[in-house]
Amino acid sequence: MKSRRNFIKATVLCTALASIGLASFGAHAADTIKVGVLHSLSGTMAISETALKETVLMTIDEINKSGGVLGKKLEPVVVDPASNWPLFAEKARQLLTKDKVAVTFGCWTSVSRKSVLPVYKELNGLLFYPVQYEGEELEKNVFYTGAAPNQQAIPAVEYLMSKDGGEAKRFVLLGTDYVYPRTTNKILRAFLKSKGVSDADIMEEYTPFGHSDYQTIIAKIKKFAGEGKKTAVVSTINGDSNVPFYKELGNAGLKATDVPVVAFSVGEEELRGVDTKPLVGHLASWNYFMSLKNPENTKFVKMYQDWAKKQKLPNAAKVVTNDPMEATYIGIHMWKQAVEKAKSTDVDKVIAAMAGQTFKAPSGITSTMDEKNHHLHKSVFIGEIKADGQFNVVWKTPGPIKAQPWSPYIAGNDTKKDEPESK
Amino acid sequence: MTRALFLFLLYACCLSAHAAPDAALVRQLADDDSSVKVAAIQQLTLSADPDTLRVLAAMAEDGLYLAGDQVVIIDGDKAFDAATGTPIKAPENAESVTINNRIRGELASALAALKLFDTDVNVRLASAQKLQSSVSGEMAPLLARALEKESDARIRALLTLAHAQASLGSADPVVRLAAVRALSETSSPAIKSVLLPLTDKAKEPDNRVRFATISATKAIDARLARAENLGRVFSGLSLGSILLLGALGLAITYGVMGVINMAHGELLMVGAYAAYAMQSVFRSYFPQAIDWYLPAAIPVAFFAAAAVGVLMERTVIRWLYGRTLETLLASWGVSLVLIQAARVLFGAQNVEVSNPSWMSGGIELLPNLILPWNRIVIVGFALFVLTLVWVLMNKTRLGMFVRAVTQNRAMAGCVGVPTARIDTLAFALGAGIAGLGGLALSQISNVGPDMGQGYIVDAFMVVVLGGVGQLAGAVWAALGLGVATKLLEGWAGAVIAKIAVLVFIIVFIQKRPQGIFALKGRSVE
Repeated sequence: MKSRRNFIKATVLCTALASIGLASFGAHAADTIKVGVLHSLSGTMAISETALKETVLMTIDEINKSGGVLGKKLEPVVVDPASNWPLFAEKARQLLTKDKVAVTFGCWTSVSRKSVLPVYKELNGLLFYPVQYEGEELEKNVFYTGAAPNQQAIPAVEYLMSKDGGEAKRFVLLGTDYVYPRTTNKILRAFLKSKGVSDADIMEEYTPFGHSDYQTIIAKIKKFAGEGKKTAVVSTINGDSNVPFYKELGNAGLKATDVPVVAFSVGEEELRGVDTKPLVGHLASWNYFMSLKNPENTKFVKMYQDWAKKQKLPNAAKVVTNDPMEATYIGIHMWKQAVEKAKSTDVDKVIAAMAGQTFKAPSGITSTMDEKNHHLHKSVFIGEIKADGQFNVVWKTPGPIKAQPWSPYIAGNDTKKDEPESK
Repeated sequence: MTRALFLFLLYACCLSAHAAPDAALVRQLADDDSSVKVAAIQQLTLSADPDTLRVLAAMAEDGLYLAGDQVVIIDGDKAFDAATGTPIKAPENAESVTINNRIRGELASALAALKLFDTDVNVRLASAQKLQSSVSGEMAPLLARALEKESDARIRALLTLAHAQASLGSADPVVRLAAVRALSETSSPAIKSVLLPLTDKAKEPDNRVRFATISATKAIDARLARAENLGRVFSGLSLGSILLLGALGLAITYGVMGVINMAHGELLMVGAYAAYAMQSVFRSYFPQAIDWYLPAAIPVAFFAAAAVGVLMERTVIRWLYGRTLETLLASWGVSLVLIQAARVLFGAQNVEVSNPSWMSGGIELLPNLILPWNRIVIVGFALFVLTLVWVLMNKTRLGMFVRAVTQNRAMAGCVGVPTARIDTLAFALGAGIAGLGGLALSQISNVGPDMGQGYIVDAFMVVVLGGVGQLAGAVWAALGLGVATKLLEGWAGAVIAKIAVLVFIIVFIQKRPQGIFALKGRSVE
């Protein structure tokens, strides 16, 4: 949509905006490297994924300004899979066969990643996936720059059980009905059991994508919390359902001091459409928050705000950065470094060169790509929602932790290898 | 134990010394360790002077900052030294003192305890209410003291309950029994949680107390269940009224005129975007009246959607009357055009429509039954729109003409009814009502170009189930579906409930294709 508007502007008004976005008609294919951007720009996931598209374009612009990669400019190819999972596979195939992109940055939901996987394996493409996910996967053609369960979900639940987190004894596992919440909750259930929480003290609830009526669920949570033990909610609700969920939570008077809600898919971006005053104290667990104070982050936030103003994004004065945006940013820079190390954009050479790459991340640590398992080493932060929609960091790990894509809390995982098959 | 000591001291000196809070303790409030902060809050509460209240209140509101080694309160562009309260120059690099849920809870009880001795009745009442859910055993003497001084009956009742909760941990079984008896009259889940441990033989050796507790929790459970059922019926009503608002416009265009309008969902979307547009207008031009953008949006939503309806009818629908399949396809095409138009105008992302402040929050009918204002307003609005439609259709000349044309087009034409114009007006009316529905939807769900798609199925479901050509049918169908969905959701979860409702409608339409209410007379052909 944005690109279409740009297109109209560029052609009709002859503005100078034509240098980025989809306005690729001016470039010659030979001296550019094509980069695929596969994020939903419409539908239920657009609330989260549109910002990632902007981040990719911004980072490409940054790299191009500093001379490109191997002396060539990067050329983004943006497609809109419209929150439609089969369409993700079609668009991925189009990117790989028709546009012949060297690398793709894309996907948010695990179901979309699962949908494009066969395409990337078949055509030997390269995908950077920037979002926290459920693990249980390790593919040669994918680099996972988001968190595995042990880098997000498990520390969050440990925090809830700690003294500062309120010593929760009962847990509501609430999610959207698809593979990520189901698997995460399976891992969490096993983890909670290992900590001595009985099945009677765990309630699991799922809602369809785009669900907008949370009255019944909030009433159920209230009832469950009234059974005499401190209760906490772990939310893996994804997409725009979060807005009605948090609105209902605020209206129903469920306070964070009574029943804290910790979310794994809610960040600064998702909270933009919600009145956050009644939500103060509810939590989110991420590997990056916009409110972190360090020079890298100041630079990153400033860069995105300037980008939003330049691109005239809606509400440009109030744009925010979040964890998957940071993961996207790290991913592109690491890919650039790997290409420069391999001196080629050939997928197999780049994959080999990715091992052990490091990058100074906006989260304040030096991010390292694991030598073997295609995941980043990450610090975990837990933040409480503030009245202005930002997060207060109330807990963090002492340093980066290594990802465990094969969670030890799922039976049979102990025999799986911590590196992709068929390398 | 420290807590017991602190509360005892608080009880002892709650109205004594009026010294400024200890600067060292105030500095501890800004410590990194939350346990140190908690200790400082407890110690500071001892002094019970207004200055402590001021510091703790500022801390609870995120107004406490640490500048170098000085703790300051920053309120807007003014700054004060936290310990002395003297105004100072706003420091350059002040870091906010972070509080987490544990500290927030601790601050809330400290503030409530301090305010129990306030001179203002309302302040005391509010803090007594707050204390209901956070009473600990050590507070018993403090509460007894407050109870002794209290003259207001309402506050006394609340304090008695709080005192009873605090006495549950007493070593004397007689005291415990009296406390349980006092608490058995309540209906709050928080009090039930406090009582539950006393039903366990290991924790409560005294049989009389245990049996009294068991019967008390049973009585509370019964009252809680009643409130829960009330809540379920209300959420069913609320969902029903939303379904009704989504379907009323369709009940006119499809139900009365027989046009299968696949673009109905997009007319809802037009109404919702009208709300968004009015919100933007108010934000830029009348920011002081932002809370009233919604009433102002009512006519805008109605006429915007009606205008789109007129345009549709004049250009597409009127050429296709009587050709059901073509109307369906053509209006589906129109719906795609409208979705794209919204994407071009407003962007593909959802837009933010916020509730006016008078629609946030809710009223607490019972301790476990809070009715959110936005839902109450929407139920009321659905009633208003329903009345409007009923009056228009049954009490006005236009309504009479519409009914006449529906029943017998040729005859109506013969007696001088301008049938073509009536068709346009009726379609515009249906579209306008859909716009009002969209306006209401903007308050509870997401506003985006695709939002109509989610409601079109529900809207057709309601109209078909209710019986084509019947407004009353639509009302009963919407409320029935709403309550049934909510009851099923409570019992089987949201995913299963959705499937069950769809299966039920398929079976129902098989058995009774004419819907709940069948239109009697000649128009049924």
